Amino acid sequence: MASKYSNMTFQGYRRENGRVGVRNHVVILPVDDISNAACEAVANNIKGTLAIPHAYGRLQFGEDLDVHFRTMIGTGANPNVAAVVVIGIEPGWTKKIVDGIAATGKPVTGLSIEQNGDLKTIMDASRVAKEYVHFASELQREECSISELWVSTKCGESDTTTGLSSCPTVGNMYDKLLPEGITGFFGETSEITGAEHICKTRAINEEVGERWYKMWEAYQNDVIFAHQTDDLSDSQPTKGNIEGGLTTIEEKALGNLEKIGRTSQFIDILEPAEVPQSGKGLYFMDSSSAAAECVTLMAAGGAVIHTFPTGQGNVVGNPIVPVIKISGNPRTLRTMSEHIDVDVTGVLTREMTIAEAGDALIEMIVRTSNGRATAAEALGHREFSMTKLYRSA
Amino acid sequence: MTTPHLLVHDHADNVGVVVVEGLKAGTKMLCVVTHDNSSFELASKADVPIGHKIALKDIKSGDTAIKYGEDIGKFVADVEKGAHVHTNNLKTKRW
Repeated sequence: MASKYSNMTFQGYRRENGRVGVRNHVVILPVDDISNAACEAVANNIKGTLAIPHAYGRLQFGEDLDVHFRTMIGTGANPNVAAVVVIGIEPGWTKKIVDGIAATGKPVTGLSIEQNGDLKTIMDASRVAKEYVHFASELQREECSISELWVSTKCGESDTTTGLSSCPTVGNMYDKLLPEGITGFFGETSEITGAEHICKTRAINEEVGERWYKMWEAYQNDVIFAHQTDDLSDSQPTKGNIEGGLTTIEEKALGNLEKIGRTSQFIDILEPAEVPQSGKGLYFMDSSSAAAECVTLMAAGGAVIHTFPTGQGNVVGNPIVPVIKISGNPRTLRTMSEHIDVDVTGVLTREMTIAEAGDALIEMIVRTSNGRATAAEALGHREFSMTKLYRSA
Repeated sequence: MTTPHLLVHDHADNVGVVVVEGLKAGTKMLCVVTHDNSSFELASKADVPIGHKIALKDIKSGDTAIKYGEDIGKFVADVEKGAHVHTNNLKTKRW
């Protein structure tokens, strides 16, 4: 059924594989921590490129290594990225990441440091990166349907106002845009604790609900109960949550779940950094509730826009995905408004309905997709945090 | 409508959220239930920061706290109607 959202369009970059991006980055991607310096040197040489340094990539194994590769490949493959130079210490894992990114059809080249040294690698990589900047800078935005957007969400520094205003604003957006064919992501496995009985019922069918519940239970057993040294009351809710008035994990979880609105249902479950394969709709990604880790995983899963409700004022951004901040807390708007893209304080004063707030967010999503820099982009927030499942070998 | 001091998600709730800065004890609060925009008045018994909760009725230790119409934990102290509800008198049932 056609709605007022059906004909919405934005100006995006259509990539070789048909996916649409809203940014046009040339990324210099390190395979591992010890290749960060070379990547940063290349990004310094060639203007218009972006190095994404990170802390891991050596001696990981098993599922933890799988998450690493998915995150690296997914980051390079993200449609907000036009072309990628991959640099690793050795050619084996470098090639694996290059091949994964190359499946999208976008330009990608791998270089490795052993038997070349940093200086030769930097010179060779800089020459490739320069060609990629010429390539990317000539690409043009074209009109794309709103249905082609992949939009993720995760809230941070939540308080009681997020559950009243900014989280239901995101939920209202999903209730309106998922029926138009967007692809959505939510997650934060630990922060569903307290509302898991409700989340399970938001699956599209019982089978997906049961699989979701098993995943949540495994997280409880393998992570929380296996590693807890106290009752977690210093970590969940966080100190910031408590300052903002949230008292229990149940209260926090119920507010968190407001992000999937009243009618939206999730159609499948994703591993951390996994790309959706079940078609358009809403996905739950098994993910950390730490802001930078979660946004990084969802970006690797292919999200091109992130919507981020905050109460007390989380300032997180991402190198390749614009993070749109939404807040309804008047103290946060008074003291740190430079971080907030969508002001929904009117929901608390009853001057704005949730439906109006949802429309304001949709408008900001379209403007951001067209190229408007978010607060986090303007302030230089490029947090990229790899999820580490356990110690390396 | 004048600006509310306290918002309540659901009629079943026994706590509400302060949504104004600098709320003082003794304030006759305008309280709005967001579910249907109905309103009522309640006097605050303490200075309560924005975002923090206030009890909507007299509560006994051991009672369940209800917000969003759902269980959000158990009270571990008696709480008077209009008093501040937080980590000193409300705990999770999870851990």
